[in-house]
Amino acid sequence: MSTAAAKPIANTRSATGIPSAKLITWWVIASEIVIFGGLLVIYIMHRLGHPEWGAEAAHTNTLAGALNTFVLLTSSLCAVLAHKAADAHDGPRAAKLLRFTALGGLIFLCIKGFEWTTDIHEGFVLSSGGFWSYYYTIAGLHGLHVLAGMIIMLIVAADAAKNQELQRVECIGLYWHFVDIVWIFLFPLLYIAR
Amino acid sequence: MEHTTAESHVHHPNYVKIWAILVVLLIVSVLGSMSSIRGVVLAAAFGVAVVKAYLVAKNFMHINVEKRWVPYLLIVCLAFMVILFAAVSPDVMRHSGLHWENNAAKQAVESGMKNAPAKHE
Amino acid sequence: MQYLFTGMAMALIGGFLAYVFRMQLGFPNQHVPGFGLVTPGKYNALVTMHGSIMIFWVAMPILIAAFGNFLIPLMIGADDMAFPRINRLSYQIFLLSALVLLASFLVKGGAFGGAWTSYPPLSAKGAYNLTPIGASLWLVAVALEFVAFLLGGINFTVTTMNSRAPGMKMYDIPMVIWMIVLASIIFMASAGPLIAGAVMLLFDQTMATGFYDPNRGGDPLLWEHLFWFFGHPEVYVVLLPAMGIVAEILAVFARKKLFGYKTMLYTAWATGVLSFVVWAHHQFVAGIDPRMANIFSVTTLLISIPIAEMVFLYIATLYGGSIRLKTPMLWALAFIAEFLIGGVTGIFLGASGTDIYLHDTYFVIAHFHYTFVPIAIISVFAGITFWYPKMFGRMLNDTLGKIHFWGTVIAFNVIFIPLFITGAAGDQRRVYSYSQFQEQMVPALRHLRTTSTVALLVMLSFQVFFLINFFWSLRHGERAVANPWKSTTLEWTVPSPPPHGNFAELPTVYRGAYEYGLPGRDTDYWPQDAPN
Repeated sequence: MSTAAAKPIANTRSATGIPSAKLITWWVIASEIVIFGGLLVIYIMHRLGHPEWGAEAAHTNTLAGALNTFVLLTSSLCAVLAHKAADAHDGPRAAKLLRFTALGGLIFLCIKGFEWTTDIHEGFVLSSGGFWSYYYTIAGLHGLHVLAGMIIMLIVAADAAKNQELQRVECIGLYWHFVDIVWIFLFPLLYIAR
Repeated sequence: MEHTTAESHVHHPNYVKIWAILVVLLIVSVLGSMSSIRGVVLAAAFGVAVVKAYLVAKNFMHINVEKRWVPYLLIVCLAFMVILFAAVSPDVMRHSGLHWENNAAKQAVESGMKNAPAKHE
Repeated sequence: MQYLFTGMAMALIGGFLAYVFRMQLGFPNQHVPGFGLVTPGKYNALVTMHGSIMIFWVAMPILIAAFGNFLIPLMIGADDMAFPRINRLSYQIFLLSALVLLASFLVKGGAFGGAWTSYPPLSAKGAYNLTPIGASLWLVAVALEFVAFLLGGINFTVTTMNSRAPGMKMYDIPMVIWMIVLASIIFMASAGPLIAGAVMLLFDQTMATGFYDPNRGGDPLLWEHLFWFFGHPEVYVVLLPAMGIVAEILAVFARKKLFGYKTMLYTAWATGVLSFVVWAHHQFVAGIDPRMANIFSVTTLLISIPIAEMVFLYIATLYGGSIRLKTPMLWALAFIAEFLIGGVTGIFLGASGTDIYLHDTYFVIAHFHYTFVPIAIISVFAGITFWYPKMFGRMLNDTLGKIHFWGTVIAFNVIFIPLFITGAAGDQRRVYSYSQFQEQMVPALRHLRTTSTVALLVMLSFQVFFLINFFWSLRHGERAVANPWKSTTLEWTVPSPPPHGNFAELPTVYRGAYEYGLPGRDTDYWPQDAPN
């Protein structure tokens, strides 16, 4: 799916010194900070005002959360190693590492699937009340971003395996690290009951 | 016309070492959260989170190598979130004010605390 | 182009909705030609959709997306956007959002009737708003529109930052481009919490959650904060591109350099930043902490300063200029005059004391139409009449343009000045008929309302001149040369209309965008890409 021949000159210029692909990634991350940030700020406000939510939060599966944190951290490692490989112009290795990263995302989603199935069986659903509404909304939004990241990552990997569009490896890596950082904060906010 | 292939202007640290530190921090935060002292739990949970986020941002995202305005942009976005919190929390977080009371919320807190006291701490 | 035509089509729909509800207000409880009887429920849907369409599907697409897409590559000397396929995707998402919104007119219950501000619990419970499906469709449409503009706006920002012609430094970028980019950044930073809040409202509507329900642990005031945290910066998102368009036109038709380019830029940035700390002036009577209200009063009054500064810069640009009163210039001048009225009446609303009386009256409606109509209508006509030759390769008929101008602007004032008076006299917003309110049914007020309605009919009829001019000139207008207005900026160096790839040879830029009226040169303007 090489599009190198069809790229407009506008895409290749860089008056700022940052390649456009990376620039747009940083802007996307900035916009995501306000989306997740907004949601988390609202949640924190409610959490601080409703100490009784601590009892509800105790029912979240902290082990699953911790495991998921580990999975995402490891997948981030794969992502940055992919960047290193891309820098060395080793496309196939970068593609392999990106695919491992995506696999990490898949494992994350599977663990979440098990976790939520158990929660729902115990009767905790989206409408179960204040804490649970926020829990599912926030973790759900994050999960959607994991899924979207995985799909884009596999597309980038397909190009990278042919040593094409290697600059995109770093960009999808940046996005993935951001998703990881959001989870780093979600884990204490949602799982560690206070 | 500029090339858009990846530029190796970043110095690649030992990523596996960073990852190992992150995993150790994760274990610390989980163990710390089981403590009965509130301060320890908060420090373990959030203090560690901040450190981990910083490590990922610095070492994996190479944010300190980027042009300066990139981290500034992100910090400004965070600052807006602080403003949002500061201005909205007096209405939403607190349940009474100068001339008002949020009875529904107060009742929810009361009944919640009565029915299921928190297991941790 | 697609954005322009979609926006224009939506404007016709929004205008029709205004026609219907003004007919109801001017001639209450009578059959409205072309619509039927306006029941209370229908009235709510009419005003809701009028507001939503005009802001989200007319002002934003035309001012930011249409002009941005057309002007940015041309004015910075690039062949296309940095990411053309993302660009196409953002239009497709936008079109989808427009179709979802229009579909809501056809579902059971009809279009959403909970006001464009969509406060819960009215908006959360179908039992209250009587338009449950419409309410959810509205939310989905708005969410899609946000995504489209996030993508598009980020594309514009990256393109302007990176894809400039060699030699074009930051201070050589034409003002309108800066304004569009600033608007995109402000939009991006403010839309996030509302996107989160909108998802929560959608869940409240469809999944029995209680995010905004106090009995379930939620808080309706939360929605208000989230909405206005976005809503206030949003008005500057549409204002700044409008001011940018006016700036371009003033410089060209006064044959004079834009006065205070850097000052204008910095005040625009300052406005953008300040716009994030004024939002609760929409909530003065909603029960927020009065100390909060004091803070927001101060910040609101402060923000009038940078805007006034920009108006002064316009006037300074005009002073001593050699003014040509072509149609685009007339629109630009009208913008300044009308927006001034809008800004000054805003002071009464920004001070929390007077706002307690004026909140939710027609005074507010008149105020924001005196700001929004210059933004969404006057500056848009200014931009269209100015860039039409470049876009379509033909000149618009100037006489028809002037007739359209005078008819629209005079009628506009006759619509809204009476509304200041009726509002101060107690006419409340979102009330479909005052027949039950004895104090509001005095002849003086009734006559003012009728006057307003008749003026709207006049204004709408004058749009026919524009439509005729626009579509007739496409085929039969005088062929346009590359630079009919003798402007210095880069888009006028290419043929009209621009070919694919914009520039046969990509330009190099040697100076700023506003070199006019230079002594000692044989022409009174110095294009940006001319070496000497």
